[in-house]
Amino acid sequence: MEGFYMKRKHKESLTSLAILSPSIITLAIFVYGFIGRSVQISLLDWDTFTKFIMGAKDYVGLENYIGLFQEERFQTDLWNTLYFTLFFILGCLAIGILLSLILNNKPKGSYFLQNLYLFPMAISFVVTGTVWRWIFSPGRLPNDPRGINLLFERLGLGSLQWGWFTSTFSFLNFNVALIAVIIAAVWQFSGYTMAMWLAGLRGIDQQLIEAARIDGASKWQIFTQILFPIQKPITLSAIIVLAHVSLKAFALIYSMTGSGPNNVTDIPAVYMFEATFRSNRYSTGSAIAIVLLAMVGLLIIPYLVNSFKEE
Amino acid sequence: MLLKKSALLSVILMVTLMFVFSFSALAQNENEVEIFSWWTGGGEEEGLNALIDVFNENYPNIEVINATVAGGAGANAKAVLKTRMVGGNPPDSFQVHGGAELINTYVETGMMEPITGLLEEWGVKDKFNQQILELSSYEGEIYSIPLNVHRGNVMFSNKQVLAEHNIEPPTDMESFLTVLEELSQTDVVPLALGDTNKWTATHIFETILVAKLGAEGYNGLWNGETAADDPRIREAFVYFDKLMQYVNEDHSALTWQDATQMVRDGEAAFNIMGDWAEGYLKTLGWTPGKQFGWLTVPGTKGTFMVITDTFGLPKGAPHPENAKKWLKTVASLEGQDTFNPIKGSIPARLDADKSKYDVYLTDSMNDFAKNTLTPSIAHGSAAPEGFITALNDNINGLVTTGDIEGSFEEFQKDMAEYVR
Amino acid sequence: MNRKTPKEKLMTYLILFVFAVFFIVPMYVLLSTSLKTFANVSIQTMWQLPSEYSFAGFVEAFKELAPNVFNSFYLVIPATLISAMLGSLNGYVLSHWKFKGSDTLFALILFGMFIPYQSVLFPLVQFMQTIGLYGSIPGLILVHVVYGLPITTLMFRNYYKDVPKALTEAAKVDGANIFSIYRYIFFPISIPSFVVVFIWQFTNIWNEFLFAVTLTKTQSQPITVALVNLAGSQVVQWNVQMAGALLTALPPLIVYILFGKYFIKGMLAGSVKG
Repeated sequence: MEGFYMKRKHKESLTSLAILSPSIITLAIFVYGFIGRSVQISLLDWDTFTKFIMGAKDYVGLENYIGLFQEERFQTDLWNTLYFTLFFILGCLAIGILLSLILNNKPKGSYFLQNLYLFPMAISFVVTGTVWRWIFSPGRLPNDPRGINLLFERLGLGSLQWGWFTSTFSFLNFNVALIAVIIAAVWQFSGYTMAMWLAGLRGIDQQLIEAARIDGASKWQIFTQILFPIQKPITLSAIIVLAHVSLKAFALIYSMTGSGPNNVTDIPAVYMFEATFRSNRYSTGSAIAIVLLAMVGLLIIPYLVNSFKEE
Repeated sequence: MLLKKSALLSVILMVTLMFVFSFSALAQNENEVEIFSWWTGGGEEEGLNALIDVFNENYPNIEVINATVAGGAGANAKAVLKTRMVGGNPPDSFQVHGGAELINTYVETGMMEPITGLLEEWGVKDKFNQQILELSSYEGEIYSIPLNVHRGNVMFSNKQVLAEHNIEPPTDMESFLTVLEELSQTDVVPLALGDTNKWTATHIFETILVAKLGAEGYNGLWNGETAADDPRIREAFVYFDKLMQYVNEDHSALTWQDATQMVRDGEAAFNIMGDWAEGYLKTLGWTPGKQFGWLTVPGTKGTFMVITDTFGLPKGAPHPENAKKWLKTVASLEGQDTFNPIKGSIPARLDADKSKYDVYLTDSMNDFAKNTLTPSIAHGSAAPEGFITALNDNINGLVTTGDIEGSFEEFQKDMAEYVR
Repeated sequence: MNRKTPKEKLMTYLILFVFAVFFIVPMYVLLSTSLKTFANVSIQTMWQLPSEYSFAGFVEAFKELAPNVFNSFYLVIPATLISAMLGSLNGYVLSHWKFKGSDTLFALILFGMFIPYQSVLFPLVQFMQTIGLYGSIPGLILVHVVYGLPITTLMFRNYYKDVPKALTEAAKVDGANIFSIYRYIFFPISIPSFVVVFIWQFTNIWNEFLFAVTLTKTQSQPITVALVNLAGSQVVQWNVQMAGALLTALPPLIVYILFGKYFIKGMLAGSVKG
């Protein structure tokens, strides 16, 4: 009996592996193979096109990394990534969850609104970046405001005018210029968080909520003690997906603000693109990529440990 | 039953995949030539199409594959081109700025064929401005054919705004500052700038560098005759910093197009930009000399900051014979005189038909024939690409912080690292 | 939460309205700019309706984009279907047929979505050339499927995770195998999750530019490349560009409308989860 069970278990594992194998093989090449290549390049001195083409293997150890961390631009980039990711994820979650809770009750017009909230995701970043750049162009204050500052003036909210993404002010290393970029990114992706939550909400047993209500639970209690715990896995995958987006907010930032005055809206992805394709500093570009990956590792390992522990 | 179903499903999936992948074997056509460029929208695309028409009149049997990648003044195209060249998959001919972008990236690495012989065979070598051929040359051989020329050290002005405030166009660097100071007392912006993309500020800086160093001193930077710590370079930083006191405060929210628009809308008096801005002002309905004036950036008279697009022959091009025919078209007078009036640039040949060009371009052609040429840093001709990005960052920092000494130091450091 | 007081109702609609405005404002700019003539496009006049309506932007954009639409469909539909299907199977196996090391494997798969694409372009182009898929749409499909797998696997795994294990065990006792349990139990309840994954993959692959531009040749370029090509190297005609963006966004929009229905119907049997 025991033997039969073991055998069956073994067979099951093999079938499972077989189903996973196409993904495992391709990812091994496209992800880990290429990461390995990037690690290798980041340890070489390929910072000109000639060296890259000649392909001489002159290892310089961690020199490229040390150089990077000493650069002011890269330090700014790391802070920007931290704050951008944090506020972007929080913003998308807050708005997405709020909207999904409301739309789950199917108010009038919810079908239309749901598509409206999703629609920004469908529009090319190159173009939405420009629209947002126009909206947040401050104009020349105070006499000649533009964009949203002009709107504020017309609405009598002149005191809200400021330089938006042209501001070089920073607070605890948070470049306030990022606020404009975060708003644009939240606009583009909060609809997706809404969709993920909505998909999850559809699967929740209504009787559960009904029962809680009869027991006198408030809406807030229902949300924090029933809905949110049930939706935790979905929320976590939303966070991972959003983190993935924020690390790659390249196209949006590139077309909206570029790296900004003194790099106030610069992110590592923009720097990496410039290093690799503009200045032919392949080793530096690869080092940035590896640092990014390491940061991601730090971010998702706690998530994975947590989620495996629960199961 | 179940197994059958899933088996059926897998078979369908497999067949679909095979069908999909069978398309991958794209037939190679012998009678084609692939031309890679970043000329897509606006007048550029029409110019390129007209040039292709010229080609097809002479070679009706060869199909031109017009491979274009737009965006960011060629940034995307350059990235794609690099992956293709490195991957051993070059187009038959491609657009590349003459100077460092061509030589440093593709010639020194042995990826290009020399074409001096072809130019001699066609008898056109001496028809070109010889200074511009220098930009395409390396160790005595020519590697690409310049098709067009843009000028970088131009300053455009709104004539009405100048008249209203009784401003005479400045002639030297001192009077330029005086004029800007006068304008700053009015409600117009003295100098329009849009540096969301960093190169626009670098573009201004390099013209100031020419003004301070002179054409020879500036060109000497790239061959080692001018020292990187030359005090005149520091003066250029100082002067540039002064200019920045007169730009619009929202410059970092704008592109060069927005800045040119400010001149057009009468919000700003001057704008320093390459002469593609002239073409832009024309599409906005203005006539050169009527509503807007132009002058060389004060201090740079007698020099011509050159931005030139060239075409060369990569090693391993799939259709080298067709590519040579394309190059012959690019080098021909007909080709140059067809493309340039539409694109809004001037030909690299000196024997062009001036009646085809507007008043601004004719003026530019005259200067081109007799001025000393200086290659642009911002547009890839003067220095390796690594230096350009470093200088962009440096200038961008200077605009924000005003740290002249820091920038001057950084400049020397970057010169040492990237230029020699 | 169905019975609402009028005050609550008002609040609900107020919130929806505020967000609707937030979502519509940029689209208003987009639409009004796309209907302007080029000479009238500027930051200054961005809030104004066009002084004269012009469809020139749309006409021009359509002319340039139309030839590439087919390429995009040919790319997006297989890539979306295959990556969703594989992701669903992966998620199913990784949540209900765990084996030794499967959690680690999941972690390794997941990590794949954080690879910075710009940094792998050179090896990627070389690899695609080696396997003979460079410059073709199937090659692009392969790349999108592979780089889409981590996200689709994650989404499905976290969705299936809440399906009680007892259900799988009971089916096993009844003699069902790994495939039939998927086919008859998991697949039917996955519709909302498939919708989310379809929306994500379709939009992302549809709008993706970096791979599209580096891995294709002129004949096989998807619509995003044509969209970016609407811009000149120096002058950008924003009216054409924005009209083009709106046209390009139509197919994803249609996908939202088609699949969004499944959210509204709430067709999931509530008894499976919770």
